[in-house]
Amino acid sequence: MKRLKIPSHNVVIVSGIGCSSNLPHFLSAYGFHAIHGRALPVAEGIRWANHGLTVIGTGGDGDGFGIGVGHFVHAMRRNVDLTYVTMDNQIYGLTTGQASPTSTMGQKTKSTPHGVIENPIDPIALALAAGATYVARGFSGDVKQLTDLVAGGIQHKGFALVDVFSPCVTYNKINTFDFFRQRCYKLESAGHDPANIVAAWQRALEWGDKIPIGLFYRTERPTYEELDEVLTAGPLALQPAGTRGKTALLDEFV
Amino acid sequence: MGELAVRAGGQAGDGIASIGESIARCYSRMGRHVFGLNAYQSVIRGGHVWYQARTGDGRPRSQGDGADILYALDKQTVDIHAPTLRPGGVVVHDPEKFAVGDLPVGVKALPVPTLEIARKFTSQSILQNAAGMGATAYLGGVPLDLLHQVLADSFGKKAGDVVTWNLGASSAGYEFAQQHASVHPNAPTKGGAPKLLMTGNQAIALGAAAGGCKFLAQYPMTPASSIMHWMAAHAQELGVVVKQAEDELAAINMAIGASFGGVRAMTATSGGGFALMVEALGMAGMTETPLVVVESQRSGPSTGLPTKTEQGDLNLMLGAGQSEFPRAVLAPSNPAEAYRATIRAFELAEAWQTPVLVASDLHLSENHMTVDRDEIDLNVEVPSLFTVAPNGHDYKRYQYTDSGVSPRALPGQPGLNFVAGSDEHDEKGHLVSDVKSGIPVWVAERQRMMEKRMRKLRGLAAQAEPPVLEGPAGAPLTFVAWGSTIGAVRDAMPMLADRGRTTNLLAFPTVYPLDAERVAAAFAKTRSTLLVEENFSGQFGRLLRAETGIHLSERLLKYDGEPFYPYEIVARAMEVMDHGGQ
Repeated sequence: MKRLKIPSHNVVIVSGIGCSSNLPHFLSAYGFHAIHGRALPVAEGIRWANHGLTVIGTGGDGDGFGIGVGHFVHAMRRNVDLTYVTMDNQIYGLTTGQASPTSTMGQKTKSTPHGVIENPIDPIALALAAGATYVARGFSGDVKQLTDLVAGGIQHKGFALVDVFSPCVTYNKINTFDFFRQRCYKLESAGHDPANIVAAWQRALEWGDKIPIGLFYRTERPTYEELDEVLTAGPLALQPAGTRGKTALLDEFV
Repeated sequence: MGELAVRAGGQAGDGIASIGESIARCYSRMGRHVFGLNAYQSVIRGGHVWYQARTGDGRPRSQGDGADILYALDKQTVDIHAPTLRPGGVVVHDPEKFAVGDLPVGVKALPVPTLEIARKFTSQSILQNAAGMGATAYLGGVPLDLLHQVLADSFGKKAGDVVTWNLGASSAGYEFAQQHASVHPNAPTKGGAPKLLMTGNQAIALGAAAGGCKFLAQYPMTPASSIMHWMAAHAQELGVVVKQAEDELAAINMAIGASFGGVRAMTATSGGGFALMVEALGMAGMTETPLVVVESQRSGPSTGLPTKTEQGDLNLMLGAGQSEFPRAVLAPSNPAEAYRATIRAFELAEAWQTPVLVASDLHLSENHMTVDRDEIDLNVEVPSLFTVAPNGHDYKRYQYTDSGVSPRALPGQPGLNFVAGSDEHDEKGHLVSDVKSGIPVWVAERQRMMEKRMRKLRGLAAQAEPPVLEGPAGAPLTFVAWGSTIGAVRDAMPMLADRGRTTNLLAFPTVYPLDAERVAAAFAKTRSTLLVEENFSGQFGRLLRAETGIHLSERLLKYDGEPFYPYEIVARAMEVMDHGGQ
């Protein structure tokens, strides 16, 4: 925010529930700490009430890709102009270590003592499929790149996803800082062109010894706010309200 | 004159609702009050449907008990509805389609060659409706030029052959009836100025707009969907963002976000959708975000009877959400009341920074009733939401106050940043949950914050519309009712008076919170009571007993999906008055 010179009173950070969702309390901005899984619809509502505000959604993999996955998909297809930062640790940490939608196949957790038997959700591929216009992945072990990715998402006009590998040092003994340090490589150093959707899909499907981080895809598409017939007249909160003098409204009932 | 009920019936897809609504609109333009019942099934085509326009020299508050003119598009309609026709009644039908068979004593058939008339204009058989409508309108005392105006208006800008054919076919049907039958003796003559004909949902949407609603998020569900339809059709003109959400969870959370973001916001649904909204309702209570929720009930449980009515969700509305937070439930009984209640809901939600529910049901939401123009005041004062000066020193969003209401800042205002939290929080909005809970000073803090929020209920109860006694004071029997059921009670009272029975009505425009003292004072003036509710267990009776200790032992409960008919209320009231009930 400092880098982008956005005054803190024009920023709203919205979160759901989970370890990551306490974030609004750590920042100097307006905040809405919502219920589990519902950060995005609350963020969309705020954005539509006043699209002069910078709205940032935050949450974890359980919040965004488990209980809230329906909202995630629809917010992307709408191309609402907000940034969604997911702190993805591939585990439910706040509830003391159950499998999450991004937990690895075979991973043993409290709720899966014999190993996970469901294929994990790939947030990057899901975002590409659902029509997100800015799709990035960062790593909390690389703060500089992550800062660039989040700042880029805020500047981007449209829905921006920044999925962040955020290892849980307590409950996830597989996807650790070392795990990612050994595997992650930067897309910008590998000659990836974020304007190329086919290349973005190819990189999104990479998982194993080499895991890409950085900006997968970026494109321009009209935002929901630009297409809504009412919002084009300016922020809703500043528009007049009520029906004073609009007597013609009653004509259809005669 | 008295009353006249005109009914049309057939299969879904036959165009019954538009026939019925056109007849209803003719009467409302004649300056007569109308109740238009639209009875339909949960299919697009097939299945018996019917519409009834009830009018007369009085103000019908319900669909009434019988019919006088029946336009039957199929034999099943005759079989189902002929027994409800009163002496002097007429069945309009096309003998080319079916023979009516035996009719009740005093009821005649008027065979009209509707298909033959239609064929003179087009091969499209749907035009038979216009011919049948013409004959029906004649019997019902509607001037032909008025019928033509209403038909032409219903086609709107679609000019050309379709309109010409419809006007021609309706004239032919009208003239055929003129030659072969006479106008029903109860047919109304022209009254005063034209009335407004609207559904409860249209009144709710209009009321929301008048009350300053700028954002409506909704997921389609019968019988609440037409609130969204009306608002969407007027979105641009009114400057209201209408969002069809991916589900009801999103709808209510979007509305809460929009309200937090600085606009008056609403969501609307039926019981099934409201069940999904329950968790977020509590969040609105906890974050002290104003919110209006319309809950239009239908027959349950579960999917139930999607196109039939009930008042079975009161317990849900009262109990929705874990733990406790202040809320109000308003229960209008007709479109005029629904318009005002929705405006009131926005005022209360904003004044008390908490969710306010408008309880409707299918009977109110989807049926037509007339409203006098002066019952709809569009010039409602909508004050600005910006109430706190920016850069307020040591701003506390959740400051402890006597009323429980704290100063509300909106995002974008400099120097007032705060976090609205669904977790328990202190005056500044900082979390009390997680690391602080259980520590003595924070235990006390939690208790104070809970008490601050719940204090708002006192203010809500004091501002809520109190129960209203209608009819003669001191009547030997007092009906107790809420919501759309009140309509049939209002119609039953003069019927009882005709039988020499004096009754009155204690109506509850606010179902919750109840001011126990005021309610007790109202009951102190009653002699015996009869609770009338459209649910299995008498949910309002239970609430009344819990809140005030008043127990209503005589009850008339209904849960078959059909609205109350005045005769049912008359019969039960006679029983109670004669024998003290069962």
